Amino acid sequence: MSRIFGAALRLTVVSWVVFGLGYPLLEVGVNQLAFPAAANGSLARFGGRVVGSRLIEQRFTGAGWFHGRPSAVHMNARSSGGSNIGPSSALLARHLAARRARLLARHPGLAGRRLPADMITSSGSGLDPDITPANAYLQARWVARARGLPLAAVRRLVARHERRPWLGLFGQARVDVLSLNLGLARIMAKARYARMVR
Amino acid sequence: MSPGAFWQIVLELLVAGAISVPFGHYLARVFQDQKTILDPVLDPVDRLIYRLIGRDVVDQAMDWKGYAANMLLTNLLMGLLIYTILSWQGHLPWNPLHFPDVGPFLAFNTAASFITNTNWQNYGGESTLSLFSQMAAITFPMFTSAATGFVVAIAFFRALGPARDKGRNLGNFYRDFVRVLTRVFLVPCLFITPILVWQGSPETLTGMVTAHLVQGGLQHIPMGPVADLEVIKHLGTNGGGFFNANSAHPFENPTPLSNIIETLLMMVTPMALVVAFGRMVGNPKLARVMYGVMGSMLVAALFIAVAAEQRGTPLLAHAGIMQHAGAGQMGGNMVGKEVRFGITQSAIFDTVSTAFTTGSVNSMLDSYTPIGGMVSLVQMMLNCVFGGKGVGILNFLMYGLFAVFIAGLMVGRTPEFLGKKIEKREIVLASLALLVHPLIILVPAAWSLTVPYGVSSLGNTGPHGLSEVLYAFTSAAANNGSAFAGLNGNTPWYNVSLGLVILFGRYASIIFMLALGGSLAAKPPVQETVGTLKTDTVLFGGFWFATVVVVGALTFFPGLVLGPIAEFFALYAHHGALGGVR
Repeated sequence: MSRIFGAALRLTVVSWVVFGLGYPLLEVGVNQLAFPAAANGSLARFGGRVVGSRLIEQRFTGAGWFHGRPSAVHMNARSSGGSNIGPSSALLARHLAARRARLLARHPGLAGRRLPADMITSSGSGLDPDITPANAYLQARWVARARGLPLAAVRRLVARHERRPWLGLFGQARVDVLSLNLGLARIMAKARYARMVR
Repeated sequence: MSPGAFWQIVLELLVAGAISVPFGHYLARVFQDQKTILDPVLDPVDRLIYRLIGRDVVDQAMDWKGYAANMLLTNLLMGLLIYTILSWQGHLPWNPLHFPDVGPFLAFNTAASFITNTNWQNYGGESTLSLFSQMAAITFPMFTSAATGFVVAIAFFRALGPARDKGRNLGNFYRDFVRVLTRVFLVPCLFITPILVWQGSPETLTGMVTAHLVQGGLQHIPMGPVADLEVIKHLGTNGGGFFNANSAHPFENPTPLSNIIETLLMMVTPMALVVAFGRMVGNPKLARVMYGVMGSMLVAALFIAVAAEQRGTPLLAHAGIMQHAGAGQMGGNMVGKEVRFGITQSAIFDTVSTAFTTGSVNSMLDSYTPIGGMVSLVQMMLNCVFGGKGVGILNFLMYGLFAVFIAGLMVGRTPEFLGKKIEKREIVLASLALLVHPLIILVPAAWSLTVPYGVSSLGNTGPHGLSEVLYAFTSAAANNGSAFAGLNGNTPWYNVSLGLVILFGRYASIIFMLALGGSLAAKPPVQETVGTLKTDTVLFGGFWFATVVVVGALTFFPGLVLGPIAEFFALYAHHGALGGVR
C-alpha cells in the first residue's frame, strides 16, 4: 500500500509541476515574444493612452458615437456574463420593450420597424465588442447627423471596418465598435485640422 | 435552414471525421506499445517521468482492482492538492488582484468538479481566482482528469481484447496515464496555443489592465494565461472557463476561427477513441457501427438546435426584432449570443459541447429557445453521443451489452459480445453503471424543487425554473459542467449536493465499468457459431440506437415534459396569437 501511495504521490507532483506550472509559463514566454500585442489583450491606443481593448466592449453614449450591444453586466469587464433570462420570461419581454422604447424616443424614425437582433438583445459575455453591419448602417444615419458629416462618409467608414465571416462562410459579418468609433474620431480630428489650416 | 448554416455544420463534421480516423489509428498504436512518429522525442521524456514515479511500479501488469485503486488514489491526491491551493490562494504567489482564500464549500465543489473532468463552476473566474490558482489548480487538473477518463477506457478496451494472463491484462495505470498526457494532450496543446493567441486570446502574467475610455471613465480589464487553458479545456473535454462567461468571452474565444478550432478540439479525441476501440479489439466493423449510431445522434442534435435558435420565438418577434436572416444581420434568438458567432456557430458550439460533455459554452444556454436548450439537456441525459473522454464510449458500450442481452433473449441466441459470453454478472454491473446516472439526477433535482434552500436559487420561474435545476444535476451527473446559469449554485446546498453528484457520477460508474472489464477479461473467448448474434451489423446498430433512446426516454421523459416541453407550448400559446410590431 505504501508503495502505491508513494507512486501516486510522485505522479501527482510530477504532473503538477509539468502541466500546472511548466506548460502555462512556457506558453506565456513563447507567446509574449511571438504575438506581444494579442498576448497582452489587443489594447487600443489613442493619443498615446490605452483607451480600451478591441475585444472588450465599452460604453458609448450620445448620438455622436456608435453604440455597442446592451450588456447584462453593464460592461463591467471584471464580471462577465449574460442575463441568463429564459426565453419565455416576462422579464425578457419587459427588458426588450424598454430598450426598444428608449431607442424610439431618441429616433422616432424607427417606429414600426423591426430592429436587427443584436441591437436590443444582451450578449453572452456582456462584453461583446461587435455589432452587425445592419445595426451599424442604421446608426450611421444619426451619427452622421450629430457629427455634421456627410452620410456617405460615415457609411464608407462602416464599410472599411466591416469584417466578413471567416472564409466567407463561418461566423457572422461584424463591425468592432471601438475601432469604428476611433476611426470616427480620426475623421473628426482631420476635419478640424483642415478647417484650422484653411 | 439557410445554405450557410447547413454547410457550416456539414463541413465541421467532415473535418472532425477526417481527423478522427488517422488520430484513432495513432491512439491505438500508442496504447498497444507500437512505434509512433513522436517516439524519438517523447521516449526520453516518458523514461524520465517513469524513473521519477518508480520504474518497478510502472512495469507491473494490473488487474481491474489494481488499476482502479491506483486511479482512485491518484485522483484523491490531486483533488486534495487542488483543494489546498484554492483554500490557501491568498497566501500564494501570482495573485495580482489580491483575491482572498476560496471558502470550504466552494473549494470542495471546485476540486470535485475539476478532478472529475466536470468543470462545473459556482464562481466567476475573473472575480475569484488568482493567476496561480488558474494555472496550478485549474489548468493542471484539466490535463489529469481528461487522462483519467481516457485510461479507464483504454483499460476496458484491453479487457475486451484477446485474453492474457488470467485477467491481469488491463495494462499499467501509470504508464497509460503518462503516455496519454505526453503523447495525446501535451503535443497538440503546445502547438495550438499560439494559434489562439494569434487570434486574440491573451497569454500573460499581467492580471489586469486599466483603460482610460474614449468617453471618459475607467475600465478594469482582467486577463492572464488564458490561451493555454483554452486549448486543454477543449482538447480534454473539460469546459471550465478562465472567465465567468466561458467561451462567450472575447478573450477566451476571439474569432470565428478560434471558435472552430475549439469546436474541433472537443470532437476529435472522443471520435478517435471509437476508431481506436475498433483496432484494439480487432473489430473495426463494430467500431464503424458505433461511430455511425453516435454520429447520427450528433447530426440530428446539431440540425435541431441550429434550426430552433434560427427560428427565434414569438416573444422576440413580438418585441420587434428581425427574426429572419437578411442583409448584414442574422435574425433568430440572439439573447445571450455573440455577434461574431451569430446563430449557427453559437448553436453548433454548445451542442457539440454537451454531446462530448465538455461543458464550455460560447452562448448562454439558459437563454436558448426551449427546444434548443432541450437538445443540450437530452444529450447529457443520454451521456453517450460520443461523450467525454473515455466515459462516453464506455456508456455506449454499456447500452450495447444491454442491447445484446435483450436482442439475444428476443431471438433466442446466446448473448455474446466480441467473443465473450454476457451473463448475469455482466448485465448486473452494466445496469448499475447506467442506473447511477438517472438516480443521482432525478432524486436530488426533485428534492431541490421541494425545499426552500433549493428553490431560492432559481433565476427563472415556472417550467424554465424546473429546467434550471434538472439541467444542473444532469450536467453534474454527466460530468459535463455547462449550466442554465441563472441558477445560483454557490450556496452550501448546491455546492455540496452538486459536488457529491459529480463524484458519484464519475467514480461509481467508472468502478462498475472497470469491474465489468475485469469480469470480461477473465472469460475465455467463445467460438463464433451460427447461433451467435452478430453485433457488427447495421441492423444491430439500429437496435443499439433504439435501446439508448428507449431507456433514455423512459427515464427522463417526465422531467422533459415538465420543463422545456411545457415551456415550449406555454411560449407559443401566450405569444403566438400576438405577433406584429408595437
